[in-house]
Amino acid sequence: MPEQSNSANTPAAAAEDPARLAEFEARIARGESIEPKDWMPERYRKQLIRMMSQHAHSEIVGMLPEGNWLTRAPSLRRKAGLLAKVQDEAGHGLYIYCGTETLGVDRQDLIQQLLNGTAKYSSIFNYPTLTWADIGCIGWFVDGAAIVNQTMLAHASYGPYARAMVRICKEENFHKRQGYEIMTTLAQGTPEQKAMAQEAVNRWWWPSLMMFGPSDKDSANSEELTRWGVKKKSNDDLRQRFVNLTVAQAKAIDLTLPDPDLVYNEATQNWDFGPIDWDEFWRVVRGDGPCNAERLAARNKAHDEGAWVRQAATAYAAKQQAAASEAA
Amino acid sequence: MSEQVQDSQWPLWEVFLQPPKGEAHEHAGSVHAATAEQALQNARDVYSRRGEAVSIWVVPSGAITASTPEDMGPFFDPGNDKAYRHPQFYKAPRGVRVF
Repeated sequence: MPEQSNSANTPAAAAEDPARLAEFEARIARGESIEPKDWMPERYRKQLIRMMSQHAHSEIVGMLPEGNWLTRAPSLRRKAGLLAKVQDEAGHGLYIYCGTETLGVDRQDLIQQLLNGTAKYSSIFNYPTLTWADIGCIGWFVDGAAIVNQTMLAHASYGPYARAMVRICKEENFHKRQGYEIMTTLAQGTPEQKAMAQEAVNRWWWPSLMMFGPSDKDSANSEELTRWGVKKKSNDDLRQRFVNLTVAQAKAIDLTLPDPDLVYNEATQNWDFGPIDWDEFWRVVRGDGPCNAERLAARNKAHDEGAWVRQAATAYAAKQQAAASEAA
Repeated sequence: MSEQVQDSQWPLWEVFLQPPKGEAHEHAGSVHAATAEQALQNARDVYSRRGEAVSIWVVPSGAITASTPEDMGPFFDPGNDKAYRHPQFYKAPRGVRVF
């Protein structure tokens, strides 16, 4: 997931034993995988906990905008696909929480931070899903952007994170194709359906580009994460790759990306694009997006309403244990 | 709030999946669960939604004894200087296919 923290005041890892730090950085340079019990600088551990938990939270909160359309999917085929996708997102959240726990934190604490609003998650999920076409757009753009980002993270220096990404990338391809098929169908449908698809593209395009996070020169965490091999490419490079991939896909189904400055640059072989409204990005990150409060309230409601299930499972386990010890 | 404090830190279980083709079980990740049976069900839902496994093991994380990174040198070292454990150590007449 993109770097969302603007608060990291990246102190150098000065407090660390220089010899161990040098050996650690040599391991990174050799492309070795860092595993949970290995020595690592405290900063590396902290940065990973922050980044991975934000990523996990994003998967969990990401279920909400799509869940909004589960009961209103236009056909059984669409409903089954969307349900499976939402279930995958829950699974992805769990893969990454479990990876984060290997760094010595409790999932319970991470979930608490999400519920009480102190943790961040990807700002894209604070936008509303107003029409069915938004579901197509999320699969196409948001999962498409996530694939670009996570394909890179599958090579991250921290083993449990990289392995979770490999698992996730395999599943995201279905998400993206599912979304693109929805958009293709709408774009080839009635004029009203096509207009609905275009309108969704207009709303989701720019927030999707923001998913990669601020330009590297404005990203407090990028330098450190890159030096330690967590990130292998810059936010801007990943964003460019996403744009390059998406332009042709939009053209193929005759939808227009809402950027008058979008033009192919022969020299760089990239699609140049217009300026991103970073004020909007920071507004949403800082809590003032269209749905920040709604998402947090929905997440808390779901958690509270699930309490009895967790209590019942605990009670059942205790009963089983008592029966087993009685039988013994 | 008290419910939230005690609600989900069930024991941690490590999950091992056997992929379909008779290969060895391989570590996939972990799940939290109140009982072994629930751990198996959670592991199936989280790690095998698309036929990734024909068999799942769940093991209480605390029950695993693992080597430590500090062991790396001394613990594994004896293997490295025993070239006679490898076929290349042994000579065969020229032109004879031994394998």
